[in-house]
Amino acid sequence: MHVELKNVNKTFGNFQASKDICFGIEKGKLVALLGPSGSGKTTILRMIAGLESADSGEICIDGKEVNNLPPAHRGVGFVFQNYALFRYMNVYDNIAFGLDVKKEPRKKIKERVHELLKLTELEGLEKRFPNELSGGQKQRVAFARAIAPEPELLLLDEPFAAIDAKVRKELRQWLRDMIHKVEITSIFVTHDQDEAVEVADQIIVTNKGRIEQSGTPYEIYKRPKTAFVSEFVGEPVVVRDFERLRGFDKADFDYAIVRPEFVEAFKNDNIHFKDIIPYAQRGVIKDIMFRGNHLELKIDVNGTELITHRSMERRAVTIGEEMNVVIYRIYAIRNKESVLMENSDLTALDPRGKRREKYLYSDGGYFVG
Amino acid sequence: MYSKKSFRKPMIIISTLFVSLMLILPLLSVIVNSLSKGWEFYVKSISTTNVMSAIRLTLFVTLITVGVNTVFGLAAAWLLTRYSFKGKQVLATLIDIPFSISPVIAGLAFIMMFGRMGWAAPIVDAVNSITGWNIKIVFAIPGVVLATIFVTFPFVSREIIPVLNSVGTDEEEAAALMGAGGFKIFKKITFPHIRWALAYGVVLCTARAIGEFGAVNALSKTRGKTFTLPLEIDALYMAGSADSIVEAYAASSVLVIFAVILLIARNVLEYKTNHVNSLLKEKNVKD
Amino acid sequence: MRGYKAKQDRRMMHAGHIIPGFGLTMGITVTMLSLFILIPVASILVYSFSLSLTEFWQIMTSESVKFAFLTSIVCSFVAALINCIFGVILAWTLVRYKFVHRRLIDGLIELPFALPTAVAGITLSKMYSNTGFPGKYLSAIGLDVSYTYLGIITALIFVGIPFVVRTVQPVLEKLDYQYEEAAHVLGAGRLYTFRRVILPELTPALLTGFGLAFARGIGEYGSVIYISGNSAKEHTQVISYVIMQKLNYMDYAGATAVALVMLIVSFIILLSMNIMQMQQSRRTNNV
Repeated sequence: MHVELKNVNKTFGNFQASKDICFGIEKGKLVALLGPSGSGKTTILRMIAGLESADSGEICIDGKEVNNLPPAHRGVGFVFQNYALFRYMNVYDNIAFGLDVKKEPRKKIKERVHELLKLTELEGLEKRFPNELSGGQKQRVAFARAIAPEPELLLLDEPFAAIDAKVRKELRQWLRDMIHKVEITSIFVTHDQDEAVEVADQIIVTNKGRIEQSGTPYEIYKRPKTAFVSEFVGEPVVVRDFERLRGFDKADFDYAIVRPEFVEAFKNDNIHFKDIIPYAQRGVIKDIMFRGNHLELKIDVNGTELITHRSMERRAVTIGEEMNVVIYRIYAIRNKESVLMENSDLTALDPRGKRREKYLYSDGGYFVG
Repeated sequence: MYSKKSFRKPMIIISTLFVSLMLILPLLSVIVNSLSKGWEFYVKSISTTNVMSAIRLTLFVTLITVGVNTVFGLAAAWLLTRYSFKGKQVLATLIDIPFSISPVIAGLAFIMMFGRMGWAAPIVDAVNSITGWNIKIVFAIPGVVLATIFVTFPFVSREIIPVLNSVGTDEEEAAALMGAGGFKIFKKITFPHIRWALAYGVVLCTARAIGEFGAVNALSKTRGKTFTLPLEIDALYMAGSADSIVEAYAASSVLVIFAVILLIARNVLEYKTNHVNSLLKEKNVKD
Repeated sequence: MRGYKAKQDRRMMHAGHIIPGFGLTMGITVTMLSLFILIPVASILVYSFSLSLTEFWQIMTSESVKFAFLTSIVCSFVAALINCIFGVILAWTLVRYKFVHRRLIDGLIELPFALPTAVAGITLSKMYSNTGFPGKYLSAIGLDVSYTYLGIITALIFVGIPFVVRTVQPVLEKLDYQYEEAAHVLGAGRLYTFRRVILPELTPALLTGFGLAFARGIGEYGSVIYISGNSAKEHTQVISYVIMQKLNYMDYAGATAVALVMLIVSFIILLSMNIMQMQQSRRTNNV
């Protein structure tokens, strides 16, 4: 493991910011620390950087314990949330700062800075001051400054928080490509699940100072292990008495999480769904919200309100209209653990002895008739 | 629409009257009185040995005071804005003590410390007998310097602290993370942010140091030797003769000129600070 | 060697201070603060504790001390109150109206900080005596200013005005016009709007300005002693003057006792100012 945290704890006064944090990161991976604000993700990042000290436990970078090493000796590059560009230095001097501090020869600094200006497409802007840059340019300068001294590890604190929503999407892709290009192990902190899913190779979900789950974006999305993760990721609807939903048995579970994509609503005469009509429940459309590229339907199914998305290409629906509703699967929660529960009607054998698997959530997307 | 017009005129008139009567008139009055016996008398009265010695001492004391306060102000502002530690609030309050204390008490404090019955007097005597020096503090120039430092103590730090607070610690943390040492961080990153505030603090400190009267009055008794300009003015004024009162005004006019220069410097610095702020303000650059 | 370095690093890490310079700035700050402020002030306290209670009581209840305290407190209070009124008018005029000599008035507000107090004192006393302008005309209508309470108050208005203007001004600048417009749309008259909408917003700043001017007034020496007459009989001695007199007569016991009470008074002013501000901000935060 390139970076490893073992049983790390940290308290601020009465507030325990980190509890028994353990995880490892392989060399070259791009990892997201994902969680709501106050979940302790930034504390973890700052402890790795050496901006905070751990109360107990071990932090290792490249096999060496670095707990007592000051930040500058850890071989870490840090991109601050608001970039913390030096306001009285131009772009060139900002990028050169880390090399200058290391007393590198002037010629080498110049070469390295120009290499980075080229890499980050900032050529021609080296004389500008930070207040003369756009949000995206600032982020690129911050990135170039952080990697200029060729650190082992790059840490980014909410790297997209200070950028307009519109530019943010482009920058995500840019940052991902750039990090993979320079092949540097990176950890970034975010509270935005889309960001984490889109950018990271690996996601570590934090909550209340603990790590809830660690895995690929795919695993986090599809197989949430805890109640927290299943509720934090996606667009969850909490359903208390889910035995009202056909095909599910509540047994000793506490409640369930139903995502919009788990819910299929179709009209009686839709031939695509004729095989599963026998297993459908009646639902009444309570509300229709226009979400730009799709509709969001609020449907009352046997006294339970569910949400589903409907493509704009499908036939129009109206409020009060009765629909057939099939729920493919849910996340059933017991003791804060999340279990994926398939619709038992669909998984059961059909009269011909075949499983109705084609309706299941096969990897790669869900059924849209 | 509701107009603000009807209050405008009376408000401006009241303000103008107040400022004229309370601020401009005293300035003019000093100048007029100082010249009431003619230009030659004026020149003669500000070139007496006593006045010249007082001007020299005032400048000397001011120079030392500004130096000491700059060092302290920078250190204290850095300490109070860059770190969190126990007792920080108490420390900040203690630094402000001179603001709330009568300058006369400042003078008294040094008398009680170094005066004939002060507890530190034996220490000074011991130092003198060992080294063969003849340091005197009370009723001598060191006392005048100490008293002036006391009353101006928080001036520089108080101007820098708000600026450092609003700048935040991000830039310095980033620099420290990259391995920059304290002096490099200060020189390259912190100082550019605070230079105008520092200059402003120095101006305020200078003004107060030049003009300090109460604290110095308690600690200085020898005219022509340990008298600063305000003390000399007091001595001339208290002599009471028609001539000496005009001489007092003449000496005062020197301080008025200083005051006006400092006031202009203050306004220029204020303009500079605003100007820098607007320069640093985000320009709306599109991605 | 390595062990030492690691230990040093760990200490730094535990303090959580990323930015270097904590030890240095802490050292400078605490050392200088102690040498120049804390130890001298403590010397007064230590000496005053050596007085017996009866001695202390005798000093405090002597005619001159009792009335000087009363004079200082009452005059400072009245002057600070007047400054609040004119301070708000000035700040309002400077913030809300654009007129030709606005810059001039704005630039002159700090004159009392820049002009040495002794100079201000002798000029004001001349201006408001029955031979000066406007004193001539005031005494013609039976209003003697110099050498009376009115003189003391006038001098204290002079030294206190910048405190109020400069604390109120920034608050007014930030105050959104929308508040007034909202009140106006709801049908409130202008004075009513001022009293119910604007004044509450200004109150914390006004209290601070009042407190600063009041505290400064109680300790004021240079600008007051020339205009105040300093007559024990007419109770026109201020408390700083009494301390200075005691110092001149080598009555150190008396001087320290009075100084101790003044220290306590200024501490109470600062404390109550802080408490009022805290309550005020709590109230506005809860709304």
